[in-house]
Amino acid sequence: MARKVLTLAEVRDGALRNVSFEAISAAKTIAEGGEVVAVVVGASVRSLAPELIAYGADRVIVVEHEKLATYTPDGYAQALQAVVEQEKPEGIVFGHTALGKDLSPKLAAKWQSGLVSDVVAVEATGGNIVFTRPIYSGKAFEKKIVTDGLMFVTVRPNNIAPLEKDESRTGAVVDVQVDIKDLRTIVRDIVRKTAEGVDLSEAKVIVAGGRGVKSAEGFEPLKELANVLGGAVGASRGACDAGYCDYSLQIGQTGKVVTPDLYIACGISGAIQHLAGMSNSKVIVAINKDPEANIFKVADYGIVGDLFEVVPLLIEEFKKIKVHA
Amino acid sequence: MNIFVLMKRTFDTEEKIVIQNGKVNEEGAEFIINPYDEYAIEEAIQVRDQHGGEVTVVTIGNEDAEKELRTALAMGADKAVLINIEDDVEHRDQYTTAKVLAEYLKDKEADLILAGNVAIDGGSGQVGPRVAELLGIPYVTTITKLEIDGTNVKVVRDVEGDEEVIETSLPLLVTAQQGLNEPRYPSLPGIMKAKKKPLEELELDDLDLEEDDVEAKTKTIEIFLPPKKEAGKILQGDIADQVKELVSLLHTEAKVI
Repeated sequence: MARKVLTLAEVRDGALRNVSFEAISAAKTIAEGGEVVAVVVGASVRSLAPELIAYGADRVIVVEHEKLATYTPDGYAQALQAVVEQEKPEGIVFGHTALGKDLSPKLAAKWQSGLVSDVVAVEATGGNIVFTRPIYSGKAFEKKIVTDGLMFVTVRPNNIAPLEKDESRTGAVVDVQVDIKDLRTIVRDIVRKTAEGVDLSEAKVIVAGGRGVKSAEGFEPLKELANVLGGAVGASRGACDAGYCDYSLQIGQTGKVVTPDLYIACGISGAIQHLAGMSNSKVIVAINKDPEANIFKVADYGIVGDLFEVVPLLIEEFKKIKVHA
Repeated sequence: MNIFVLMKRTFDTEEKIVIQNGKVNEEGAEFIINPYDEYAIEEAIQVRDQHGGEVTVVTIGNEDAEKELRTALAMGADKAVLINIEDDVEHRDQYTTAKVLAEYLKDKEADLILAGNVAIDGGSGQVGPRVAELLGIPYVTTITKLEIDGTNVKVVRDVEGDEEVIETSLPLLVTAQQGLNEPRYPSLPGIMKAKKKPLEELELDDLDLEEDDVEAKTKTIEIFLPPKKEAGKILQGDIADQVKELVSLLHTEAKVI
């Protein structure tokens, strides 16, 4: 059954986030041959439209307004309301990001609809669209269907493969005009605390440190390893509590949930709190002095040893591979 | 100030998850106040102590949730409300929860509503913003700081590690993020006092809602455990050799590099 499905593209530092392409891929499955329309919202975002088409959007709707330069729930809801009223889609896919998590429940409530959030897989099973999502902090999974109303969905970054980028795809780019008014929350300031570069929730490789890193300086080799691999640095709660790094790096039940292709845990014991945030990573490497550490139970590969000895050696070896590649 | 906290009783995820007859077996498991809701309760108490008023903690659940409500009262909340829809509504989801809570709150003239940003069991993170939308009030999610001056509110919000400083006004709904405060433990006198504090019990009828008004929009068709992970490979030998082997395995076997 063909359906028209919208996706909300997400922009960060002037570029589209990867999850925007993953949302298009999920929307294609949900649409079952129907039209997938990517919506991009902001002050000046029109130039991003061709990339959305290259990643599989059949059409792009651009909503530009100076009051949409910064995300607010009221501003974005007004923009999307105009688009939904015009397009009458059967589903809308967001990234399960700070923005998607904040906005999607508001819209689902407005349309008296269900919302399946934090989706890691989508299948069309002939009739139903079945969504898989983690529950109990990833210790179990549930399969859900939408039984009534519009299908609102948020997809967890890094889980649904985007379509192959194809610059030869074509599609219309159209503007929708909106009047944005009465914003009840105003963003006065944005304080950047995260490091430049790779976004933790979208990183393909994460190098994470725990108490075993021992100090803020101890994170330096981890940062270098992350750099060599084009990845991001994360931390356990223990390392954050000890003041070795900012809480913005925390991975776990409180903190971020990540699913990179490669997770390298350095000096992390593997408390349940931490495992809840990373155990669904595709490949886990553990480096720890304590052979009994819990982290080895979820690791695919383990090295029992001192991270300050192992990590520099790893940096050298990965550099060699990079030279060959 | 009229302050409400939306609380959920959750399965402690430190518990082992066992699936029986297609459901997570809750028998004998430990239940707790959802950790993010504890921040919301603590913040509500602090706001009341600073600005005056009353804190009411509301939950949807069955009589078992009385224990968590009493804990919230022992922390310092003034009143508790248990909305028991178990017998009335067979199919429930976040649409149901938000609709019931909003129906309860609509004539309460709340100045401030607090909730956790996500529950650690279902992990949907929907109920706060949904309730705000249904009540027609603004909301700010994942907050780490709250300052109230008259009806003006300044909030700091965690956005994937960055901070947004937001200005808004009451009435307002906020959802709590880790870092907002350090929730207190109930004191012994607090526990004694909590026994005498009012705990009201409501059903769907008391809210002028019919089952059809709140029926779920989504349905869970299966619950399953992730495939058991095979034991990992602990490398052996000289550290330098282990590192070489690891890089080679990541390259050729796992193919992630």
